[in-house]
Amino acid sequence: MNLIQVIKLAVAGIRANKMRSILTMLGVIIGVAAVIVLVSLAQGATKSVTGSIQGLGSNLVTISMRNTPITLTYNEVMEWKNRPGIRGIAPVISGNVTVKYGNKKYDTGLEGTNSEYEQVRNTHVQEGRFIMPIDLSFRQKVVLLGTEVSRQLFAQGSPIGETIKINGINFKVVGLLVEKGAAAFGSNDDKVVIPLTTAERVMNSKGVRSVYIQAATPGDVDTVVAQLDNYLYRKTKNTDVYRVSNQVEMLSTVNQVTGMLTLMLGGIAGISLFVGGIGIMNIMLVTVTERTREIGIRKAIGAKRRDILRQFLIEAVVVSGIGGIIGILVGALVSRIIGSLMAVEISMSLKVVGMAFGFAVLVGIVFGMYPANKAAKLNPIEALRFE
Amino acid sequence: MIELVNICKYYQTGPVTIKALDGVGMNIKNGEMVAIIGPSGSGKSTLMNMLGCLDVPTDGQYFLDSKEVSKLDEDDLADIRNKKLGFVFQSFNLLARLTALENVELPLIYQGMGAVERRERAAKALELVGLSDRLEHTPTELSGGQQQRVAIARALAGDPPVILADEPTGNLDSRSGLEIMEILKGLHRDGKTVILITHDLQIAGQAGRVIRMHDGRIVHDGEVA
Ligand SMILES: Nc1ncnc2c1ncn2[C@@H]1O[C@H](COP(=O)(O)OP(=O)(O)OP(=O)(O)O)[C@@H](O)[C@H]1O
Ligand SMILES: [Mg+2]
Repeated sequence: MNLIQVIKLAVAGIRANKMRSILTMLGVIIGVAAVIVLVSLAQGATKSVTGSIQGLGSNLVTISMRNTPITLTYNEVMEWKNRPGIRGIAPVISGNVTVKYGNKKYDTGLEGTNSEYEQVRNTHVQEGRFIMPIDLSFRQKVVLLGTEVSRQLFAQGSPIGETIKINGINFKVVGLLVEKGAAAFGSNDDKVVIPLTTAERVMNSKGVRSVYIQAATPGDVDTVVAQLDNYLYRKTKNTDVYRVSNQVEMLSTVNQVTGMLTLMLGGIAGISLFVGGIGIMNIMLVTVTERTREIGIRKAIGAKRRDILRQFLIEAVVVSGIGGIIGILVGALVSRIIGSLMAVEISMSLKVVGMAFGFAVLVGIVFGMYPANKAAKLNPIEALRFE
Repeated sequence: MIELVNICKYYQTGPVTIKALDGVGMNIKNGEMVAIIGPSGSGKSTLMNMLGCLDVPTDGQYFLDSKEVSKLDEDDLADIRNKKLGFVFQSFNLLARLTALENVELPLIYQGMGAVERRERAAKALELVGLSDRLEHTPTELSGGQQQRVAIARALAGDPPVILADEPTGNLDSRSGLEIMEILKGLHRDGKTVILITHDLQIAGQAGRVIRMHDGRIVHDGEVA
């Protein structure tokens, strides 16, 4: 008995019992759809977190100092430039300020830095210019606006060339930053950037507590971290007051967490697929009982065990396979709806789709095996006598 | 050539042993037409199932074309049922979801025959029983007599040398019964071995040889009862 025929027969059987088949498939449909939706969500989250970490700048090493009166000076930090493996250094003084334009007031974050910040933090202007070395030398009162700040003060209009007040001091807007979008850790667009030397005045603080450093290559990251760690330890003699962290480390932590998340969500969805499999087994057992006489007839005219086994196994696989296909469609649709409703990133990979479908078929085989085997082992005369 | 030697079939129900067949021996030559008669419960169907390789004896030997069938395994028996024997049942036993043609094709499918040849052979078998115009009908769209003719066509399709029929006319009115008997007699004339069970002595009389059973034994074997 060839395969196409058995499949045709199986499809005819499914058609003959439409309602029952749909209900049986429902378990698989929900299972496969759940796998796809949950895994797509988890992978989407992974992708957006990874993206925003990488958006911070490439080969980034971050230094931050806390709970200590010791700070770094600008010149001290910039001397690290001579060390091997360091491409860029952007010290940052940060704080919270109130910005004002006309009668519009807005509270936002301020970062005082130098021109290298553009490359190190991968932060560019969409309009105007970035901070230049000369701005630091002359403590220029110039400012770059994040898109959120610009929106608050200027609505849709261009802020370039306007004068705003930061904590009461007049600043000229020279640039508008590129929108970075929602980030994993607060918005990158809700801030203003000014020259570091100017910021020392505005914030009334001397000394740098955080520095962004760009290693020349990914391979240099570790040595840069080691050098700076060493430097800071010699300076502070206390490992608790400073931190040298790098992006690769952060990424791997994130990947670990999201990998767990994916696995857990996938596992939960897998359980529903498993339950769907039990549904298939249940219905196949009923089907085998109902069709005992048919099995007897087939055996009487020469069907071997394997013919019967194959027939029922293929029926189970066709049910789970069709359920799998419908589940993929439903899953894709639901993922898309959730993605647009909740404005989260959805990443539906072919691998996940393939895996979910393969798993559905496997469920059909595993849970179809017992009923099919039961059918194949029926005694022909007893089967024929069955009413 | 069928040879039974001291075939026994016992059923154990609780403490009671039922001897459905109790030492049956017989020879049936190729091309014979044999009627098996006897009271209800005398073991006719049990014997027929044995001949049809659907059941295995508790004791004794069964030779089909000098091959000892009673020693074969399930798959080999399935093969014999498929190629050497054609079974016709009292209750037709057609598959309700399939058309007449598809029902007749079934044994050929299990032979592994290609679709084109299979269709041709099945259509020919249905033509032989006078149902050329009912190929696409399902069993529920056919009369009892027509259903039994489809069943005979199915038994014939694989061109087996032996046709076994357990009360083939039992569920039919007398006119349809006569038609079925005419077909079976035709098969006998074409050289097939035909073995049938019946309660109707008149039908039994149409066979060349009559075997009468009683309590699991053969009590008469000869020309007419
Ligand atoms: N599976 C079984 N278990 C127990 N006893 C059985 C079984 N099958 C048949 N028998 C017994 O074997 C005996 C012969 O049964 P069989 O069906 O061969 O009779 P029969 O001659 O065909 O009867 P009928 O003319 O009514 O069809 C009966 O007594 C029956 O009860
Ligand atoms: Mg009987």
